[in-house]
Amino acid sequence: MSDVTTDDRARALDAAGCIGKPEMVAALQAELPHDIVLHDDESLRPFECDGLSAYRTLPMIAVLPATIEQVQTVMRICYEYDTPVVARGAGTGLSGGALPLERGVLLSLAKFNRILDVDTDNLRATVQPGVRNLAISQEVDHLGLYYAPDPSSQIACSIGGNVAENSGGVHCLKYGLTTHNIIKLEIVTVDGERLTIGSDALDSPGYDLLALMTGSEGLLGVIVEIVVKLLPKPELAQVAMVAFDDVRAAGDAVANIIKAGIVPAGLEMLDSPAIIATEEFVHAGYPTEAAAILLCEIDGTEAEVAEDIERVRQVVNDSGASDVRISKNDGERALFWAGRKAAFPAMGRISPDYYCMDGTIPRKALADVLIGIGELSKKYGQRVANVFHAGDGNLHPLILYDANNPGELERTEEFGGAICELCLKHGGTITGEHGVGVEKIDQMCVQFPKAELLQFHAVKAAFDDKTLLNPGKAVPTLHRCAEFGAMHVHHGEMPFPELERL
Amino acid sequence: MTSTVESQDQTDALAERIKQAHAAGTPIAIAGSGSKRFLGEPVDTSAHDTLDITAHRGIVSYEPGELVLTARAGTPLADIEAALTAEGQRLAFEPPHYGAGATLGGTIAAGVSGPARPYTGAARDFVLGTKIINGQGEILRFGGEVMKNVAGYDLSRLMAGAHGTLGVLLEISLKVLPTPRTQATRVFEHNAEQALAAFSSWAARPWPISATYWEAGRTYLRLSGATSSVDAAAQALGGEPVADDVDFWRGVREHERVFFTDGENALWRVSCAPAAPITELPGSLALDWGGAQRWRVTDAPAEAVRDAARLHGGHATLYRGDAHPRGQALAPALLAAHHRLKHAMDPAGILNPGRLIPEG
Ligand SMILES: Cc1cc2nc3c(=O)[nH]c(=O)nc-3n(C[C@H](O)[C@H](O)[C@H](O)COP(=O)(O)OP(=O)(O)OC[C@H]3O[C@@H](n4cnc5c(N)ncnc54)[C@H](O)[C@@H]3O)c2cc1C
Repeated sequence: MSDVTTDDRARALDAAGCIGKPEMVAALQAELPHDIVLHDDESLRPFECDGLSAYRTLPMIAVLPATIEQVQTVMRICYEYDTPVVARGAGTGLSGGALPLERGVLLSLAKFNRILDVDTDNLRATVQPGVRNLAISQEVDHLGLYYAPDPSSQIACSIGGNVAENSGGVHCLKYGLTTHNIIKLEIVTVDGERLTIGSDALDSPGYDLLALMTGSEGLLGVIVEIVVKLLPKPELAQVAMVAFDDVRAAGDAVANIIKAGIVPAGLEMLDSPAIIATEEFVHAGYPTEAAAILLCEIDGTEAEVAEDIERVRQVVNDSGASDVRISKNDGERALFWAGRKAAFPAMGRISPDYYCMDGTIPRKALADVLIGIGELSKKYGQRVANVFHAGDGNLHPLILYDANNPGELERTEEFGGAICELCLKHGGTITGEHGVGVEKIDQMCVQFPKAELLQFHAVKAAFDDKTLLNPGKAVPTLHRCAEFGAMHVHHGEMPFPELERL
Repeated sequence: MTSTVESQDQTDALAERIKQAHAAGTPIAIAGSGSKRFLGEPVDTSAHDTLDITAHRGIVSYEPGELVLTARAGTPLADIEAALTAEGQRLAFEPPHYGAGATLGGTIAAGVSGPARPYTGAARDFVLGTKIINGQGEILRFGGEVMKNVAGYDLSRLMAGAHGTLGVLLEISLKVLPTPRTQATRVFEHNAEQALAAFSSWAARPWPISATYWEAGRTYLRLSGATSSVDAAAQALGGEPVADDVDFWRGVREHERVFFTDGENALWRVSCAPAAPITELPGSLALDWGGAQRWRVTDAPAEAVRDAARLHGGHATLYRGDAHPRGQALAPALLAAHHRLKHAMDPAGILNPGRLIPEG
C-alpha cells in the first residue's frame, strides 16, 4: 500500500518548509466564518477516507463552504500559501480520489446541496455539485423526466463527484456516461477565478473544455455548478434474466446481443459467487446453480419493447442460455434488479473486506478475461466475485479479503494490479468509471508511455501552475513510475532511461 | 473484416514533418480535403507549410460486434460510411460532408454533426480514442477502443472541434451504432413559434425522434427506430408523410436546400438553447436540432447577429460571407485558459495557428 506521507508533493512541501497549520487556519478564518474551517482531529475524522477505506489520512484542515464566493476565497488563500486542495463530494469514490493530504486542505462541497432550477422547456436542471445523483431524478419524476447516468451509489454520490469521475451506471450503455449528459459547468480555478465551461447551447466556441473537465478527478478545477440534461422517462422497461451453465457462453451472448443490432438500456452480468451471495441476501429469485446470469433491460415504447425483448430471447437461446425469464410487471423487474443493486453489500456479508476493480475490455474478450481472473484467483488463493456492466465491457471483479490477516491487503492489491494488466493485454483500460485516484496510479505507468504522461502533466500545468489541485492523484510522476518499475515498454525502448533506478 | 478501402500509413513521415516544423518554428496548415475550411478563421497561410493528410488513410480495424471502428484521419468519410452500411451500422452523429472528398480527420477536427445531433449525440460524443501528433512531433495515444475509459484526461474528445490546433489527428476510434430499422418523416404547417413549441413538447415525451427542422412555414419531424414504435409515434403525432425523406434530410445536412444556396447574403449558424425565444433579425430563418441550431440568411451586421445569439446564452458562426472573426470571441479568462492549453499541446504554436482562437 502506498503511504501518502511519501507523496511527491508532501516531500516537495517539506523541502520548501511551507506554512504551518496554525498560520493556515488563521489565514482561512480571517476571511471565512470560523465554523466552516475545521481543524481538530475529531472534526477531521469523517474526511479521512473515501470509499477506498484501506487508505486513510487526516487532512490538515477541512473547509465546508456554502457559497461560490467562499470557494473562491479558499482557493485564493491556498494558492497564495501554496497549500494543496482536495475537493470532496460525498466520498463514495472507489479509487481514493478524495483521499486527503496531510499537509492539505480538504474542500467539502457537501453544503452545495440545492437544485437551483428545472427548465422543462429545454429539458435541463441546474444543480449544485453536492446534490445527490438520485435527488435529481426524484425532483423531476413528477414531470415524467429523469437524469440518465445512474451509478449504483446513486443514493449517496454527488453530481460533482460524478462529473469529476465521469461516472457511469447501469443505463450508460444506451444513454451515455456523465460526459454525454451535462451541458455546462461553473468552475473555480486554482487561483480562485470563476470560469463558465460550456454554454446554454449544445456546443460552445473554442475547445471542448467540458470534455476535458469531465473525469479530471479534481485536478483541473473545483466544480461549483452543473447543468445536466434531463430525459423523458421511457414508456416501458422490461428485463430478461438469462441463466447460463457456462461463463464463456454468457460472455459470448453479450457480444451476440450487441451484434444483433439491439441496444439494451442495461446489460449486466453476475457470476456464480456473486449470484449465490446476492441470492442469500435479497432473494431476487436468481438461479443459484447457474455459472452466470445476464440481466438485459429493454426500454422504449410498448411496441418497441415487445419487439426487442423477443429478439433478445432468440439471441440468448441461440447462444446457449439454460433459462430465460422476462419480467411481467414493474414489481418483478425491480426484484430482478434488486439482486444486482445489492451485490456490493451482499459481498460485505460474506467477506470482511472486498476490493473493487474497474477494468474495461472489448466485449469479445469478456469470456477470456473472466476465465483469466479465475486462474489468478487460484494463484493468489483469494476469492473473486464478478458483477458488472457487461454491455460496456466494464468489469467489476470484487476481490474478497480480510484486512485483519497480515499481508492480505498487500496480496489483494497485487492481485488487483494483475487484473489491470490482464485487461490491458486484451486491449482494455485499467479504469472504466471509478477513476485512477491513488489506487491505480502505478498501473497508469503500465497503460501510458512517458510521452503521454508528460502531455498529461503539461495539460495539468495549464490549469494548475503550482500543482495544488489534488496532487499525487490520477497521473503519476515519472519518478513514481521509475520506482514502480513496471512501466510501459514502447517500441522495445527502455522507459525512462534518464531516471536513476531507486 | 476485409476492406476494399485503400490503406496507407504515413505516421512516421507526418511526425517527422512536425518535428522539423517545431524545431524551425514553421507554421503548419493541416489539410484534409479542405471541404470544411470555411468553418475556421481565415488565416494567411502564405508562410505556412501545408501538411496534406489525405494520403494517410485506411480503416485500421472494424468489428461490428464491438460497435467500434478505427480509421486513419485521411480516410474519406464516404469510404467509412460504405463499410458501415455493409454491416447495417452507421455514424450516429450523421456528419455533414460539405463536399465529396471530406475526410474523417477533417470531420472530427471541425467537430461537425448532422440533424440527429440533439437526439443521438455530437461527433465528440462518439470519439473513443485518438492517435495524434502533438506540436512537438510526438506520436501519442489517448483513450482506446473500449466504451468507457477514465484513465488520464480525456484528450481524445478534446480533439473534436479543435480544428487541428492541438494536434494532428492520425487515427480516430469511434463508437458506431446499428442503423435504425425504420425511418419516417412527418410534416406539419407551423409558424416559427409554433415549431419551437412543438419541438419542446415532443422532446418531453419518449417518442423515437431523430431529427426536427423548420423552414418556410413547415416543421419536419423524423422518427427512427423499431418499426412498431415509429408507426405508433407517426400515428399519435399526426402530420403528413414525406415520401422522399432521405433526400430531404441530406439536403438539410449538406446545405443543398435552396434556403442555404440561394442569394448573396451572409449565412450564419446560431447555436443556442433549443427553446430560446426567436429574436427579430432581417432575412430568413431555419430552425434545426429542435431549435438548438438556427440558420440565418441575413444582411444584418455581424454584431447584430452575435448580440442576438448572446442574448440567450448562444453563439454565432459565419458560414458564408465576410466578418471577422467568423466565430464568437471568448471571455478574457477563458481565452487565457485556451492559450495555456494550446501551449501545453503545441508549445511552438505551429499547428494551424489562428484557426480557432486568436494567437496569444
Ligand atoms: C457501492 C458503490 C457503488 C458504486 N457504483 C458505481 C457505479 O455504478 N458507477 C460509477 O461510475 N461509480 C460507482 N461508484 C463510485 C463512486 O460512487 C463514483 O465515483 C462517484 O461519482 C463519486 O462521487 P462522490 O460525490 O462520492 O465523490 P468523491 O468520492 O467525494 O470524490 C471523487 C473524486 O471527485 C473529486 N471531486 C468531488 N467533487 C468535486 C468537485 N465538486 N469539483 C472537483 N472535483 C470533485 C474528488 O477530488 C475525487 O477525486 C460506486 C461506489 C460505491 C461505494
